Amino acid sequence: MHDIAAAFATSFGLILTLDQGLVEIVLRSLQVSLLAVGAAAIVGLPLGAAVALLRFPGRRAVAILLSSLMGLPPVVVGLIVYLLLSRAGPLGVLGLLFTPSAMVAAQFVLVTPIVAALARQVVEDLWAEYEEQLRSLGAGPRRAIATLLWDGRFSLMTALLAGFGRASAEVGAVMIVGGNIDHVTRVMTTAIALETSKGDLALALGLGLILIALSLLVNGAAFVVRDLARSGA
Amino acid sequence: MISRRLSLLAPLFVAILMAGPGQALERGIVVASTTSTQDSGLFDHLLPIFTARTGIEVRVVARGTGQAIKLAQNGDADVLFVHDTASEEKFVAEGYGVRRFPVMYNDFIIVGPKADPAQIAGLKDSVAALQSIAAAKAPFASRGDDSGTHKAEQRLWNAAGIDAKAASGTWYRETGSGMGQTLNLAVGMGAYALSDRATWLAFKNKGDFAILAEGDRRLFNQYGVILVNPERFAHVKAADGQAFVDWLISPEGQRAIDDFNVEGQQVFFGNYKSDPS
Amino acid sequence: MTIAPASILPLRLDGVCYDAGGKRLVDGVSLAFAAGPRTLILGPNGAGKSLLLRLAHGLLAPTAGLVLWQGPDARNAGRHQAMVFQRPVMLRRSAAANIDYALRLRGVPRDSRRPRVEEALERAGLERFAGTPARALSIGEQQRLALARAWATLPQVLFLDEPTASLDPAATWAVEGIIDAIHRAGTKIVMTTHDLAQARRLADDIVFLNHGRVVEQGTAERFFASPRTPEAAAFIAGTLRW
Repeated sequence: MHDIAAAFATSFGLILTLDQGLVEIVLRSLQVSLLAVGAAAIVGLPLGAAVALLRFPGRRAVAILLSSLMGLPPVVVGLIVYLLLSRAGPLGVLGLLFTPSAMVAAQFVLVTPIVAALARQVVEDLWAEYEEQLRSLGAGPRRAIATLLWDGRFSLMTALLAGFGRASAEVGAVMIVGGNIDHVTRVMTTAIALETSKGDLALALGLGLILIALSLLVNGAAFVVRDLARSGA
Repeated sequence: MISRRLSLLAPLFVAILMAGPGQALERGIVVASTTSTQDSGLFDHLLPIFTARTGIEVRVVARGTGQAIKLAQNGDADVLFVHDTASEEKFVAEGYGVRRFPVMYNDFIIVGPKADPAQIAGLKDSVAALQSIAAAKAPFASRGDDSGTHKAEQRLWNAAGIDAKAASGTWYRETGSGMGQTLNLAVGMGAYALSDRATWLAFKNKGDFAILAEGDRRLFNQYGVILVNPERFAHVKAADGQAFVDWLISPEGQRAIDDFNVEGQQVFFGNYKSDPS
Repeated sequence: MTIAPASILPLRLDGVCYDAGGKRLVDGVSLAFAAGPRTLILGPNGAGKSLLLRLAHGLLAPTAGLVLWQGPDARNAGRHQAMVFQRPVMLRRSAAANIDYALRLRGVPRDSRRPRVEEALERAGLERFAGTPARALSIGEQQRLALARAWATLPQVLFLDEPTASLDPAATWAVEGIIDAIHRAGTKIVMTTHDLAQARRLADDIVFLNHGRVVEQGTAERFFASPRTPEAAAFIAGTLRW
């Protein structure tokens, strides 16, 4: 109980004083996870839509694969990306290991299946409603995919938020490929893991509370943007 | 309409990009080290001094000694800074490292609940302490992660003539995690544990635990530092890495190590060229 | 005014069949649609009217038989026809943007889209809803918007699948008014309905369909005055059983 009270006190203290170390870590967490989700959106949304719309052999298998990959264990993703980016690995020459870019890459791998699988579902439902009308208007597959992604934007935003939640909350992958290096690759979750291993449970939990608040903030902002866009459309 | 919406987001993206850390600084080296040096706060003390002196940024990736050596063997670090002499010498002998410098030591201690069910408090003989623990079947939390501390612990069990691994899952519990995590578990389970003194002193979740056995010569813990071989990995930043090694063993570096203290206690002792073993 | 493009009509259906789930739902339909008169495809629920319309419009491929555009501009048939569905499918954007979208797909350059969008909205009486999200409109307004969207592309043939089946009388009246205006502007109307009164109001020609077959066809006047088959007579009398 004492630790929990101390955790609240710690997190408020850190926020109120705008602790320099904390601000840095929070911004890096946001940067890494938003970039990963952004990249996952660029790849995952069209991918999901394509699987929903196009008829090709193995389409069902791809859909099932995407859904299963939603549950990829972060540690496994971290290991795979580590082995790729390691100097001994195929992409070692890039020298990306233990940089924020490596963390973005790992989270991208983690998040893209989530975005793609949820996008596939959203677009498939929408396609059932739109198919005849769009074909009647003369829309080809590319145009149809773009239209469905735009018209499904509010549902798809939820998919992106799910991806962001996953990315910002995971520790296994970024710990392995980032290395939790102070001022370089330390993010909220790895900082929490570090403070836990130092036995400073109050500080660890305090950081955890800030991470939750951050998640609330991002989701809240997304909903505000959505409502503004809706009333303007 | 779309572009207007994007323009709303633009400031956000700019803010995120500006907040970003500088990517791979040219004068930066990666040091693969152990959880004890990170969790105790030693690097937080040493690195600012070194960076101020040389302009070289040091990035520490903290793993167990075994994992840290693997990282270096893959060429993913410029300097290896760990504490398992046998593995370090093997690392150099196999050509992964240039040369090993013994740089400092600290010591291991056995911590446990003050209730002390195995009655080891005050024992100087660490082997006898382990024998009592095993005889009492009192819970013991092992790192179980191939780290330097884990290897030291295994050597003690061997000396005690006890096959602790055979009891794994009963009173002998392998956590497979770093020192701090293992201490968290030990405190939670009321289990004895072998820890390095530095991590223990800096550890904040001690509960009702205390140091019960210490001072045995066999609990001596030597750290070594090695430049990863640039002939093996062309990308290794040999000059900057060697500068870090040289600084650590210089009088100034040794003094910086000695100056570091936790709760008023010196925990690491620079011992370059004064190997006491 | 621009010169009217060459016609894609007439449209000929030759022995068209459509199977689904092991059943023959459209069975050997042969018909010709010429420019000019409004053709209403009449028949009870389940007669295959909607399927026939989709086959003609190219949304479905026939299991057997041919759908042939035989006019001089037949190879551009796709871009000179449009369809309005029973339930309007509006994109999640403004009323004006819905029309603009259809024009963009037809390759209408940006500069000329704007006046055409405004004109189409005006003809459907929707100009004050230009900026309103299409899905916020009432179902009747949405159907008028669907007609405006189709009309904006200046189709030579407009297929309408029970366009008023979901609407109340007032909305039905408004939609029929727009259909009439589109017809008078020179577009061939092919429309399905199960509503006899509507058929009497709108039809120049009637195709009477039952169980996937064409039972009777001819001018509306003749069809209603003296049906030639017992099925048609029963349908007109409201006693057809199926």
